[in-house]
Amino acid sequence: MLNYRIGLFLAKRQIRRSSLWTNVLIISVMVLTFLNLVVVSGILVGLIQGAVDAVRLHYTSDIIISVPNNKTYIENSPAVIAVLNQEPRIQSFSARYLSGGTIEANYKEQRKDTDKANTASAGVAGIDPQAEDRVTGLSKFIVEGDYLAPGDYDQVLIGAYLTKKYLPIDSPGFAALDNIAPGTKIRLTLGNIQREVTIKGIIKSKVDEINMRVFMTDAQLRSLTGRSDYNVNEIAIRLKPGVDPNTVRDALIGQGISRVAKVQTYADAEPKFIKDMIDTFALLGNLISSIGLVVASITIFIVIFINAITRRKFIGILKGIGISGEAIEISYIFQSFFYALTGSIIGIITVYAVLEPLITAHPINFPFSDGILVAPLLSTLMRMSLLIIATIFAGYIPARMIVRKNTLDSILGRN
Amino acid sequence: MIETKNLKRSFIDGEVETPVLKGVDLKIETGEFVAIMGRSGAGKSTLMYQMSLLDEPSSGEIIIDGQNTHLMSPVQKTKFRLEKLGYVFQDYALIPELTAVENVVLPLLMNGVNKKETYKIAGESLVKVGLEKHLHQLPSQLSGGEQQRASIARAIAHQPNILFADEPTANLDNESSRTIMKIFTDLHRDGQTIIMVTHEEEYGRLAEKIVRIDDGRIIGIEKD
Repeated sequence: MLNYRIGLFLAKRQIRRSSLWTNVLIISVMVLTFLNLVVVSGILVGLIQGAVDAVRLHYTSDIIISVPNNKTYIENSPAVIAVLNQEPRIQSFSARYLSGGTIEANYKEQRKDTDKANTASAGVAGIDPQAEDRVTGLSKFIVEGDYLAPGDYDQVLIGAYLTKKYLPIDSPGFAALDNIAPGTKIRLTLGNIQREVTIKGIIKSKVDEINMRVFMTDAQLRSLTGRSDYNVNEIAIRLKPGVDPNTVRDALIGQGISRVAKVQTYADAEPKFIKDMIDTFALLGNLISSIGLVVASITIFIVIFINAITRRKFIGILKGIGISGEAIEISYIFQSFFYALTGSIIGIITVYAVLEPLITAHPINFPFSDGILVAPLLSTLMRMSLLIIATIFAGYIPARMIVRKNTLDSILGRN
Repeated sequence: MIETKNLKRSFIDGEVETPVLKGVDLKIETGEFVAIMGRSGAGKSTLMYQMSLLDEPSSGEIIIDGQNTHLMSPVQKTKFRLEKLGYVFQDYALIPELTAVENVVLPLLMNGVNKKETYKIAGESLVKVGLEKHLHQLPSQLSGGEQQRASIARAIAHQPNILFADEPTANLDNESSRTIMKIFTDLHRDGQTIIMVTHEEEYGRLAEKIVRIDDGRIIGIEKD
């Protein structure tokens, strides 16, 4: 106990009376190390999490009801929709009719027999434009032209990846339409039905499912496919804020919807590869952070070593006048602890008061996602503990090396 | 009382062994003020380092107040130095981040004295050496003479059995040196055992016994 008392006595005064710039420099190193530990892995995970969140916000919403694998549509959809209308925890939902089809542009131009038609395969979604916009905010993603209106006839929105202009890759296996813009007429083929429609707008999102679809009003698609039973293929449900999707999913299953459809939360509907990617990026982040931790430890080791070696004479004097080596070592441990703790606290404030809100408000514009910073508090505190432990060791080892030297040699500066 | 028996100390550099103390037998009684004098390289500081347990002799014994220090572990020696010995170094050796009073407080705290009491004792000790107006100044804010007085205050605050001083006036001007020596003579008058290494005859003569050393051996002892 006495050693701790003396260690604290010495450490407090050494920190307080050492150069301000030295303290600022060491604490800056600790802050940067902390940010490296938390932010790098947080951004890596956030890059994928951003994509996952985008799918949730703009495609599946909180709960998605979809067609069972052995069916072509959700049977008795009006009854399902009636159940949804009765559920008070649901804020809004959008029922979608889906169909596979092809679209063709430039079909009025004269072509040689050997020329390939300008076609692309697309999923066609029939939506209630207003309901869809309430659930997924689809209208925000119009990059050219206008959003659908409920009464639109023979008008479609086309996903960006169905246009050469916006398709990020140039591959012969990835067909897209060339020379199209809002107002261009294209030919839409669903099975053996063909209709000429006008592009009303182009939609570009970070969600590939949206970029690969053609949207039209539900009434239009129903008339095209001749579906008069009102059976839909997909219903995206947005819940009221704070409602746990699992409880609503269970309630919907309890009401028998699972007999005619798959009821999944956004998390249930996440493909396994996305979960694997999150784990992979988290692992990568941890690897990078580990290197950061080693670099920080070496930095602290060097700083404390230089500090201890330049103070070797005084360490010798302290021992000479009877201060125990342990007390001197503990003083360096306290100093390392102080620097690591201060750096971490500033780092935590920077992460949670500045970076996280800032990046959430202005996500990083990665090509395939709006990257956010994922920094769960528990994981951050664990990394902070790691940093403090590593720093304490990095501070203790050089202090011990110097303290163990012969007392008189230290006082006289002999090697 | 401190006694050395056939005390030897050699330094080895590679295969070359340089004997510095070549068998010193010396007895200093409690309350004595002893000056160890000799030319540069004679071995006077080395003798003091052995007697003050700052260094390990190559052979021989040092007995302080009946305790054979040869048998002590390094930790026991540190504790012994803390409790029984006091040091005044040539270059003051104050800890630069600690104020004058904190420098004095430190060994008292290590001795287990409570914080309030340590500051009281440290204050009294600094008053004794005339530094009552400089208690809260850092060593860098004190003159050389004031720093040496603070160093003496630190050395005597815990009332050591023996006070060792290694060339305490070597870095000081005449006036400061005389002040320091006056403090030593006052302490001696109060019964403090003092062993001081010096090469200055004027100050050596203030001690009641001068041990003259040359080439690692005692060549004479002069009593007042």
